[in-house]
Order: sequence, then structure tokens, then C-alpha cells
Amino acid sequence: MDLKELYRDVILDHNKRPRNFGTLAVPPAHEARGANPLCGDTLRVWVQLDGDRVTDVKFEGKGCAISVASASLMTEAAIGQTRADVQAQFERIHTVFTHHDAPLDPALGKLAALAGVRDYPARVKCASLAWHTLNAALAAADTDSPLSNPPTIKTE
Amino acid sequence: MTLLPPDATPFSASEIAAIRADFPVLHQQVNGKALAYLDNAASAQHPRQVIDAEAEYYRHDHANIHRGVHTLSQRATDAFEAARHKLQHFLHARSHREVILTRGTTESINLVAQAYARPLLQPGDEILVSRLEHHANLVPWQIVAGQTGAVVRPIPITRRGEVDFEAFRTLLTPRTKILALSHVSNALGTINPVAQFIAEARARGIITCIDGAQAVPHLAVDVQALDCDFYAFSGHKLLGPTGTGVLWGRESLLEAMPPWMGGGDMILEVSFEGTTFNTLPHKFEAGTPNIAGFIGLGAAIDYVQGLGLARIAATEEELLRYATTRLEAIEGLSIIGTAPHKAAVISFIVEGIHPHDLGTILDQEGVAIRSGHHCAMPVMEFFDVPATARASFAFYNTRAEIDQLVGALHRARDLFT
Repeated sequence: MDLKELYRDVILDHNKRPRNFGTLAVPPAHEARGANPLCGDTLRVWVQLDGDRVTDVKFEGKGCAISVASASLMTEAAIGQTRADVQAQFERIHTVFTHHDAPLDPALGKLAALAGVRDYPARVKCASLAWHTLNAALAAADTDSPLSNPPTIKTE
Repeated sequence: MTLLPPDATPFSASEIAAIRADFPVLHQQVNGKALAYLDNAASAQHPRQVIDAEAEYYRHDHANIHRGVHTLSQRATDAFEAARHKLQHFLHARSHREVILTRGTTESINLVAQAYARPLLQPGDEILVSRLEHHANLVPWQIVAGQTGAVVRPIPITRRGEVDFEAFRTLLTPRTKILALSHVSNALGTINPVAQFIAEARARGIITCIDGAQAVPHLAVDVQALDCDFYAFSGHKLLGPTGTGVLWGRESLLEAMPPWMGGGDMILEVSFEGTTFNTLPHKFEAGTPNIAGFIGLGAAIDYVQGLGLARIAATEEELLRYATTRLEAIEGLSIIGTAPHKAAVISFIVEGIHPHDLGTILDQEGVAIRSGHHCAMPVMEFFDVPATARASFAFYNTRAEIDQLVGALHRARDLFT
């Protein structure tokens, strides 16, 4: 396998210069934490909503190029979308990660750059952590009270 | 404690070639490249002598041990107990009764924590655990501390990755009951001067539990010379099968300890009114053990002793020196753990490339290393890194494989910069 299929220029660029890297104030934003206990990667994702629309997403964390680039690309894909759009995009990218032969949906846009991950099963968790954490942050928006701790999700 | 003559000769190129011929797994391609297996600290590979010993046992002798009068059961029992005697001599233990066979280092340490420490510890008692330990020599102590009200106190380490002896001395109090210390750090390769720590502990009546998982077979271990109370290790790092391990313990301590797990083999007589426990070592060996595994481990000991532990150590020392020099020359690479006395383990980071990306890129070049926290998260925290890449060498590795590692690291840098 060609390593450039995994480490495409888009991935290397987002790893080096992650977009939307930073924090949002809670409230009004909602936060979730993600961890990959196997490798020690940690991630925090903040999401801000205006009704049904995602108005801002930010993330912080330490991780490999795949996890950082995936989180960075995810923020770009999610900002400005409705929650239903974000959910649909999550399902599309999840299919890419878990189905080796699934055709790439054109609606993936830039996220298609992550498709190389599926040839490296040990690395799929790196790429999916950000999306699972965003989902948890969106779920927190439905249940958050000012006193609750942010939910933590783990990929095993 | 290492008893090896300092002037032992490393294996020659032709000797290495002959040794490598004994290891079937080394001769394969991974991702189209010759395999360079540099993850020996996670698990060593097996020579055919070990694989054959296990297979021959299953072909000809398998039966349950210690419980049949028939011929196969007798043969299986003899072969299993012969392995115990090999382990006794390998460790320079006084008696085979001190050699408890377990599933691995982790089980061995849990046994000490539960059967020795738990009945002993009182609220406020202290267990000293070095910051260098991997989780198997930390978590069992945290569990028993939780059960008894005792406290786990970390012994600091230095920037070079050595356990700080002076800091250790200042931590000693009349409440200190147990010292848990690794012989060799799995994450960094540091060889701890354990004898010095043990002497200090023994002078104060503190019980010592040494984690030798990473020490065998790279050092010759003499438990009597070390003068520790417990010594634990795993078979699979000694070219033996997984699921085999040893707890050596001082006989007087083992004798006084209650059994840990109950079941077959650890009893003499059972009735509903009560049970008489078996004598050492069987008191701590409930259930049918990994019989074939220990027979394989016996063959592994024969194998390394046939090669000579001193020559193994000299060969690995040379590989460590060569690899250290080559890796230090790579721009942006930093070695984590720079103690003067190290086993053939190099933990490192490369600026701008996460260890997991290194692991994937190196794998594409046929090079197997470990990337991650090495089950030693407090060590990673100390050096403020989430993870490292770790190359670890065995006597069957070659300079050419280290060159392959270096080439792959340059490839990674080219890709990322």
C-alpha cells in the first residue's frame, strides 16, 4: 500500500495547521471529551448551536496526524450545518471507515481524503474519535445542566 | 544484579545467521519488505526448539498433571516439574518450592499483593512504588491499598529516567511496609540498581517485590544474591510461550501466606467441614496450568543457556550502542530515557510526527516497533509526552535491521516535512 493514500496532502496540511483549534465558552457551547485509551489520545470538542443549526465547533487535543486532521476536517464540515446534516455526514464517514469497499459518496466532499484510513484497521479509531466526540457534545446539548460534567466517550 | 563477565564476546555474524535460522517467524516479508522485528520488549519471538517442545508434548505426552496414575499423566507431570526445576536453577533459587508458576508477571504481582500484602497491611501503612513502573506493578498495589487503607507513595525518577535513590531514602518511614520496583524499565530500558534499593529496604524490614519482566533473559538473575523477597517475570519475554509466568518468593514468606485462589491442585483434602491446603509450591497453583507452555518455557531456558547469557547480553549491548548512535544522528529525534545503564530498549519521539503515525509508516517499511504509552502512563506524564515510539532489540536482531529502522524514520520525516 502506498503511504500517500493514507497521508494525503490534505491530511498532512490539517495536521500541521488544524482549523478551528481552540475552545468555546460553556455555556452557551456544549462540550464532550473523547479518549482512545489504547494510545492515550485525548480530544475535547465544543459545539455551539443556534436552534437546530451548528454555528461553531472547536477542538483541542493531542493525537496522531489522522486524529488531528479528522477533527479539523470535521469542524469545517459541521459548521453552518443543521444537526440533521451533521448526522447524515457522520453516517457517511462512518460507512467509509467501516466498509472497505463502499463507494465514496460525493456528498463527503473534503472528508473523502480520510478514505485511506480503511486500509489500516488499527488506525480507524484515530479517525473516528472526533466524530464520536462531536456526537456526544450534540447529545449533551439536549441534556446539559450547568453543573454536569462533560460526557466522556472512549473508543476501544 | 548481573553476574555476567564484562568481557563476553558478542555473537559473530555467522553465529547470528545460525541463531536466526532457529526463529521461523523472522523469515518473512511484511508489506513487501523484509520483517525487522524490533518489538522484543513487548514479546520476544520463539525459536523452533520452543515451538517443537510444545508440539511434541501435545503429540505424545499430553494429560493432566498431578492427578493420574496412568503413563501419560506421569510423563506430563514429570515434564512440567522438570520445567520448574529449570526455572529454579535459572533464578538461582534455593528450592523448587519457591518457584510458583503463574500466567505471567501480572498474576505474580497480584498474588503477592493479595496473599502477602492484604493480610499484612494496616490503615496508614505505606507501599513505595517507583514512577518508572508499568501498570502491572502499580495497579495491584493501588487495589490492595484501597482494600486495606494503606497508601501508595511514588518514588520520583530523574530526567534521565532513573529511580532516584536519595529520594527513595527520604521516603522511608516506620510505616513503609513494601517496596515495588522493576529490575528493568519496559518503557525506557533503564536498568535499576535494585540490589542497592533492596539492601536499604531489608535493613529496615521492608519487603521487596521486584518486577523482572523486562530483565530476563537480558540479565542473569540471582535471587539469592539480590536478596529480594519476591521476584516476578513472564515466560513470553524469555522466548517462551504467552500465558506462562513465575513468582519466586522467599520460602518462609510463602509458607506463612494464605492461599490466593482456591481449586484443584492447591488442596490436599477437601470436605464441607474444611480443606487442607497443599504444600509449596502447589498451594498457589489452583487449577490446571498451562502445562505445554511451561514445557516450552523450559526449552527456552535450555536455549538461552546454551547460547550463554553473557554473550546474549554482550550482543544486545552492542546493538543498543549502534542503534543509539544511529538514532541520535536523525534530526528532530529525541531519545526519552538516557540512563547510563540500559537494556536494549530505545524510547524516542520525532518532532512533528506522532508515535502512532511513526508506527504505521515503519510498519509499511517492514519495521515492527511499539508506539503508545507502553502501559506506563505515569512515565509518559513525567516526560510530558502522550506516547513514544519504542524500538527494542534481542540478540537475534542485526545492524542491518537497525539500518532499516533508520531508513524508515527518514522516510517518515520526508513524508511529514
